[in-house]
Amino acid sequence: MENFLNALVLFTNFVVIPATTYGAQLALGALGVTLIYTVLRFSNFAHGDLMAFGTMLTIMVTWGLQALGIGIAPLPTALLALPVGMIGATALALLTDRWVFAFYRHRRADPVIFVIASVGVMFVYNAITRFFIGVGDQRFEDGARFVIRVPDFRAMTGLREGLALRTSQVLTVVVMALAVAFVFWFLNRTRTGKSMRAYSDNEDLALLSGISPGHVVRVTWVLAACLATLAGVLYGLDKSFNPFVYFQLLLPIFASAIVGGIGQPVGAVVGGFVVAFSEVTLTYAYKGVLTYLLPEGMAPEGLVQLLGTDYKFAVSFVILVIVLLVRPTGIFRGKVV
Amino acid sequence: MTGAARVLALYAVMAALILLVGLLQSWTVALAILQLSLISAIMSLGANIQWGYAGLFNAGVMGFAALGGVAGVLVAMPPVAGALAAGGLDLGLAILTVLATAALILFLRPRLPDLIRTPATLVLAFLGYLAMRRFLDPASAAIGSATGAQGYMGGLGLPILIAWPVGGLFAAGAAWLVGKVALGLRSDYLAIATLGIAEIILAVLKNENWLTRGVKNVTGIPRPVPDEIVLQQQPWVIDLAARFGSDPVMTAAVVSRLWYAVLFAIVLAILLWLSERALRSPWGRMMRAIRDNRDAAEAMGKDVTRRHLRVFVLGSAVVGIAGAMLVTLDGQFTPASYNPLRYTFLIWVMVIVGGSGNNWGAVLGGFLIWYVWVVAEPIGNWLTAHLAALASPGGWWDSHLRAAAPHFRPLLMGLILLVTLRFAPRGLIPEARGR
Repeated sequence: MENFLNALVLFTNFVVIPATTYGAQLALGALGVTLIYTVLRFSNFAHGDLMAFGTMLTIMVTWGLQALGIGIAPLPTALLALPVGMIGATALALLTDRWVFAFYRHRRADPVIFVIASVGVMFVYNAITRFFIGVGDQRFEDGARFVIRVPDFRAMTGLREGLALRTSQVLTVVVMALAVAFVFWFLNRTRTGKSMRAYSDNEDLALLSGISPGHVVRVTWVLAACLATLAGVLYGLDKSFNPFVYFQLLLPIFASAIVGGIGQPVGAVVGGFVVAFSEVTLTYAYKGVLTYLLPEGMAPEGLVQLLGTDYKFAVSFVILVIVLLVRPTGIFRGKVV
Repeated sequence: MTGAARVLALYAVMAALILLVGLLQSWTVALAILQLSLISAIMSLGANIQWGYAGLFNAGVMGFAALGGVAGVLVAMPPVAGALAAGGLDLGLAILTVLATAALILFLRPRLPDLIRTPATLVLAFLGYLAMRRFLDPASAAIGSATGAQGYMGGLGLPILIAWPVGGLFAAGAAWLVGKVALGLRSDYLAIATLGIAEIILAVLKNENWLTRGVKNVTGIPRPVPDEIVLQQQPWVIDLAARFGSDPVMTAAVVSRLWYAVLFAIVLAILLWLSERALRSPWGRMMRAIRDNRDAAEAMGKDVTRRHLRVFVLGSAVVGIAGAMLVTLDGQFTPASYNPLRYTFLIWVMVIVGGSGNNWGAVLGGFLIWYVWVVAEPIGNWLTAHLAALASPGGWWDSHLRAAAPHFRPLLMGLILLVTLRFAPRGLIPEARGR
């Protein structure tokens, strides 16, 4: 029995908790991507760099607050700085829409033209972020680091394996749940949310019913930019901030949106967890867990790792490929135009 | 201005720009720009075959270029003694396992009932993967320990020029696999799938030490051109130097670079000729018809997905060739140096700015954008130095601005792409209509 509990703790500590946190971060990112997709009808390649931009602003303000000695311990100071990052990212996204995307929308350009324009936007965002904060890794987590520490957990339970729960992990899941609940309430209950859904279902019909397209598009960018900043800041608190890593997050985020069914908000959230759990379970070395579970003498010699951690992007890709092959519309039947 | 005159004028301007660097700075720098411009032009040609002919967005140019680079290592590096004896058998078995799994899946799929076809395929693929790991892990470890500091298999020791077509084949193989999955779905999916495959190719190259030494890099890849040190002692080089009133060391450097440039130019000329032939052929007309009105072409009985697959494979092969040439020029293979901004999205800027759908435009874009990319750095330095001078010298802003100079490059590239797409969406040399 104790062996089983030890295995369970080990598994929770190294698989369940990290995967849940990562899944929540991906879900927030994928929700933004899917909203842009459903209203503006293109895959935004600049989303990763929008995340990086919002996070960069938040970090700058966090440093300022830290220098002034303002904090909200035990929570990280970054939470206090978050609104500034969100407002900045929203402003940038709205300006981008006015200067870049609006032109193609009025011409009803092909989606792939939007994608290429978003590549140009990606270059510019990337340059701006790097200009302010450079290309290095930044850590900005402060406040109480842990909710549960390994030694405390051992003392509490008497088990050999320890369990650590970091503040940033709890925060990620709580914030994600609140944000997702808000977005769902907004889309289903408010007038603007309903007009967004109407616009996404049938643009012409929505226009005929007197829905202002400009308003719908602006609200979409506000939501996407806020979600992107939230995802970026939570990821940065949990791991660390690096502009290039944020660009690379584009692949798991796209994979999450497509797996769940692109254009489906529920799908984006589920997709995020599917991708995160697959990534972590496939790249985890099960030697420790199996040593506890198997009878003595049968313990595995190797690491029992299906994939090296360096191949985590391969997991997103493989899931993406499987979904494209088996069910191109995704789990929740998104729209494939 | 008519089409041909415009093309000539723009190419003349481009030549003048490169000559200007030679006259004002140095001929070796001008030739270095020319070499990479030629390679960039080939990559841009490859991306144009996919985008301009068929409207396919390939966001994984970097991966295909890197696969071309692998060909450079596997073809030209000398074999490492003992590697084959240590891990050859297991490695062969690993490859056999992969082939056997693929064959089994292909054989069983049509014969299985619909309900269990997909789960059975996934289970088989997973079992095949486990079996492959069973052989690959010991092979990789054995090769690593048997070859000491080298730590990898080495290559076949063949002339490097053979690697160029082989690089094209490698890239074509990968493109076939990706295209098979992602083509026929909506256009963004291909972009996302190619973005993914490029990351995976790079992850494999960085981690599979037995294949390409991973991040330890492969250096000293054989050159197709005599070494500069050898050239310096050749009587004809010394003679040439005397005639131009220059020293042999300088002349040898110029001759060596020129030699590379001529080799690259020959490849570019062949590919450009083939591309133009293809574009003007009935096949080219069909591709444009599919691009411009997919439904109509489909109604006329064209198998759109298959045509797309073919053009996607062809374009990727061209990128693979350029990737092998790049490794040949560098004389080394460094997986960590591949970065999507430089190797994927920069190529896209080249295609869009040059003129999508026009081969001459794509080539010009390759030249021009590479040139701008190179000169953007001194311009960025100059700009930031002047801005910094406005701020207090030696202060925080001063040092920050100077450190930020390299970030001027992506900013400029993004702006060039956005401005072109907005105000001249057909590029500098637009596609000719109604051929």
